[in-house]
Amino acid sequence: MKRVGEIQILFAVMTIFFIGLTGAALAANKPPQKGEGLPVINLPVPKNPDEKTYLGLSGIGFFKIPQIKTSAVIVEIFSMYCPYCQKDAPGVNELYRLIENNPDIKNKIKIIGIGAGNSSYEVEVFKKTYNVPFPLFPDKDFTIHKACGEVRTPYFIVVKINEDGTHQIVHTQLGGYPGAEPFLELVLKASGLK
Amino acid sequence: MEKKRFPHFILIIGALSVFVSVPMAFGLSDVYKGNIYQTGTLKPMDSKLKVKVGDPTPHFTLPAISGEKISLGQYRGKKNVVLSFVPAAWTPVCSDQWPGYNIAKDIFSQYDAVLLGITVDNIPTLFAWTNQMDQLWFPVLSDFWPHGAVAKRYGVLRSDGVSERALFVIDKKGFIRYIDVHDINKRPPLEDLMSALEKLK
Repeated sequence: MKRVGEIQILFAVMTIFFIGLTGAALAANKPPQKGEGLPVINLPVPKNPDEKTYLGLSGIGFFKIPQIKTSAVIVEIFSMYCPYCQKDAPGVNELYRLIENNPDIKNKIKIIGIGAGNSSYEVEVFKKTYNVPFPLFPDKDFTIHKACGEVRTPYFIVVKINEDGTHQIVHTQLGGYPGAEPFLELVLKASGLK
Repeated sequence: MEKKRFPHFILIIGALSVFVSVPMAFGLSDVYKGNIYQTGTLKPMDSKLKVKVGDPTPHFTLPAISGEKISLGQYRGKKNVVLSFVPAAWTPVCSDQWPGYNIAKDIFSQYDAVLLGITVDNIPTLFAWTNQMDQLWFPVLSDFWPHGAVAKRYGVLRSDGVSERALFVIDKKGFIRYIDVHDINKRPPLEDLMSALEKLK
């Protein structure tokens, strides 16, 4: 009987531990909030040299978003299977062009996209269909999407990167993309660049 | 005795919490907002195929949401055909799948293929659902009546009356060249289908 009791206690301890893990997963189900840091997101350094230069990265392997050499990063969580993401794609491309054509902010704001549940092939289809000029990253098994609280798409996260390497989220937005100019204005204000 | 019940209780609560936290990562687009019915995780497959690769395809004629009737035979000798059966309108994975195909028209054309989307839903339901996907370039067919008859002939009608999430590639001669009866809970990767079409070249 004593042996049975020990096994039950062991199960109970393991279960409490598991509940703890589940609780952590549930906490990750909350979308990233303004004022917080980003969840841990490891992205592959792009092979394309232009994209690598755009992000100010070097070498190979993985990087974290705050390592991008800029003052603010706009992260769009999208899917090639998402009708709103498809509809917004030309407008987000326009945002990229507005930034790149303005020498005052060209190197201060960067855009990346993360394809929730999309394979490399699927991300490339989206990139090619809409001529997306900024780097897109696959998230085939939803790892990043889960870390970001399984947000609906498109979801925009604006991250301010400080000179000391720290960072914080300064804006998040589900859908409702207002067009390139209003969104740029919003990003400039939220990130303190204006 | 009371002491023994406590660990059991914790165990049960722990096990239940696993199910509560199972993520549903499809049907994510904000276009659908609260209109997607969450089916939960379903039995991956629930039917037995009645055709195999190399067989001549069963023929059918079905109504499309455009009002036309589409027959498989009209593509014989002209186009490769991809049949995309999806289980039901307004459900998570299905609501993702066709919008993705909708931006891949060029790739289907590159392989001289047409796509036919099929569900067992009726025309009005399909009309309302696909209106959320922008303008689909491919015909969407209703296998509603006799209910699921075409799905049944291919062996992809599930016991609850919806179809499997299944892809069939049919060559210009009318032979089945690829079958993917996919786990109903997951979206088939686009590259797998395209690689099947590549083999028809």
